[in-house]
Amino acid sequence: MKITGAKLLRILLERQGIRTIAGIPGGAILPFYDALHQSRIRHILTRHEQGAGFIAQGMARVTGKAAVCLATSGPGATNLLTAIADARLDSVPLVAITGQVSQALIGTDAFQEVDTYGLTLPVTKHNFLVRDPAELLEIVPLAFQLAESGRPGPVAVDVPKDVQNATIDVRDWPEPGGPTPAPACPDALIDELAHRLIAAQRPVLYLGGGVIASGATDLAQALAHRLSAPVVCTLMALGAVPPDDSLFMGMLGMHAAKGTNFLLEEADLLLAIGARFDDRATGKVAEFCPKATIAHIDIDAAEIGKIKPAFHGLVGDAADILRRLLDRLPQQRRPAWRARATELRRTHPLHAPPCADQPLHPVNLCRHLGEILEPDTVLTTDVGQHQMWIAQAYPVRRPRTLLTSGGLGTMGFGLPAAIGAALALRARRSPDDGGSPAEGPALPVRRSLDEGGSPAEGLALPVRRSLDEGGSPAEGLALSPAEGLAEPGPRVVCVSGDGSILMNIQELATLADLGLNVAVLVFNNAQLGLVRQQQELFYGRRYEAAHFASVPDFAALARAFGLRGLRLNPNRDPLGELSAALAAPGPCVIDIPIHELANVYPMVPPGAPNRQMIAEPELASTHA
Amino acid sequence: MLEPTSSPPPSIVTLADQCNVIRDKSSAATPAATVQDDAPGGRCNVLRDKPSASPTTAAVIELRVRNHPGTMAHVTGLFARRGFNLEAIVCVPVADGATSCMLLLVADEPRLEQVERQLAKLYDVLTIRHRQDLTREFFTRLGPSAQSPTAV
Repeated sequence: MKITGAKLLRILLERQGIRTIAGIPGGAILPFYDALHQSRIRHILTRHEQGAGFIAQGMARVTGKAAVCLATSGPGATNLLTAIADARLDSVPLVAITGQVSQALIGTDAFQEVDTYGLTLPVTKHNFLVRDPAELLEIVPLAFQLAESGRPGPVAVDVPKDVQNATIDVRDWPEPGGPTPAPACPDALIDELAHRLIAAQRPVLYLGGGVIASGATDLAQALAHRLSAPVVCTLMALGAVPPDDSLFMGMLGMHAAKGTNFLLEEADLLLAIGARFDDRATGKVAEFCPKATIAHIDIDAAEIGKIKPAFHGLVGDAADILRRLLDRLPQQRRPAWRARATELRRTHPLHAPPCADQPLHPVNLCRHLGEILEPDTVLTTDVGQHQMWIAQAYPVRRPRTLLTSGGLGTMGFGLPAAIGAALALRARRSPDDGGSPAEGPALPVRRSLDEGGSPAEGLALPVRRSLDEGGSPAEGLALSPAEGLAEPGPRVVCVSGDGSILMNIQELATLADLGLNVAVLVFNNAQLGLVRQQQELFYGRRYEAAHFASVPDFAALARAFGLRGLRLNPNRDPLGELSAALAAPGPCVIDIPIHELANVYPMVPPGAPNRQMIAEPELASTHA
Repeated sequence: MLEPTSSPPPSIVTLADQCNVIRDKSSAATPAATVQDDAPGGRCNVLRDKPSASPTTAAVIELRVRNHPGTMAHVTGLFARRGFNLEAIVCVPVADGATSCMLLLVADEPRLEQVERQLAKLYDVLTIRHRQDLTREFFTRLGPSAQSPTAV
């Protein structure tokens, strides 16, 4: 039996366990959309391809599994690029599928033709231009394998329209692609590291996002307590260690608590795990941890010594290495070092005015969110001051509950990522709506089409199909919010700013379609706050392009999209109103006026060593 | 001509290899000071612990790559994107054409090891090795001075 390349692509995605795809159709991808018509894959129609990319990222960041976004050729593909580059820098598994003009037209400057392969090359882990439908049988599983193996990352697959339309006779089906185990780190290196750790007097663990990607957070906590070693986290690692852990020192670097950066000055051994010595974490690299020897565990060999020479480099899966390391380490006490960490934490707290005086001070807001949200609530952020306040003051208690654009720092990330997270969480609750390949039906390997019917129909569980027919409306009826409200899923919170939220505000329409339980909190200072802060501190208060001449009424804007919208009144129990708004189910936008001159403190000037921290002006005199 | 036939046993670096991806494992394990120059353009190029004799000291890397459109862009793009220096490049198909052999003339600098590790991550790069038997001369012989002066 012959099928088209488009249908083949759809079936291969179904076999990967893909249940949800976010995207926007267009000419060059229409054959694939036609093939989706009869699929149990649910398509989320976004309002901008970047939104689709970040919805897929939200799904991937919550589950750890590769998610799929879809766009047409030309502007569809270019609009996806930011989300792909973002996934690359934060090591998020993503498979981006784009339509391309027919091969006969490639190179002719055809309508909506752009060199997607060339454009995605530097921002993906790997990319493909499919030249023949038969290649899909190899490329699609390989794309998922590459995206999920080793250090995760995005893979782009560009599919010309003629490849989608061509027919192919498929007899043998490839196995779905998935993560392949990383090569094991040699015992000798782990022995050596264990000896070094035992000999160290003042060891510190420096955790990065790789600890979460490898599922090694429990092991990292165990290691910290075995060694009595304080732990610092990058932005990407927040949630790896509970904030109330006695050894937890919070985020390091540019906006760290003072005590955290001071502790690193004193460390004699720094064990980096799944971290990449980003400049926002290290400050001036030459003066980062000046007294420490560096040991580095990473699954990506190229990270070892990339920024800072590592005395010990261990390449492999962090969970595997930490497990074997723990086997070799007796309990260490180090009471003096523990006491020093506690002292540094106590003497350099995060400063904020009393909550009664300024309930809407950003630090007080973030702390309040920490009090009212469930520990497993997924919180996304955009990029800017609000992001750093969340990192400083919101207690991230579980891995994969803080989704934030760390490496690329993409404003506009938060809302679509929250939608993606909410979709994944809802799917987790009702497996019929999605779920990982492992949870799906067992796939018959090398299934033959000759058995009759399309493989997709053969694979679909009858239960699933009947639920799909009865439960959710067809794609064409996406305007009805009833679909989402029936089961809005757990509360997901997007903390954004008035600058960031407008960068993907159109996805409020997608949110309205789906009725997901996403609350958007706009920290509104009518500024590009972090820009204004840098101009204030480092550019002689010459404010240029930091202030918005007009700011929309975000509550009214939400209502225009059919969502609940409100603006907190600073004088009328705003935190109580915030709690009530978040407790009410369904999507909403909450506009929160914050002081327009509030800054994120402490702050290390860009390029300066981490010990040079600027403190809050009014506090500098009393706490110098 | 590009096939290694009489070169000394190379240090092969595969994707499975790890952080110990060092171009010459014997020299890496040996204190730099004790390594002697075997020949001009030979072992001395491997040393990174002491200043280069001249700023133009070069190394030659051989890549075995999957032969398909885009591989060259992946390799050259990596150099451009990461600010690595790439002075010359030669690429020829091998045997049935499923793979190609690429020879890269690069500056021998401390970052070279990082270059090689980044190259090793490319899906289309199958093996990397350091061609100590080749020098800059190999490339200059292919250059314009050795060719008939055909205008393009």
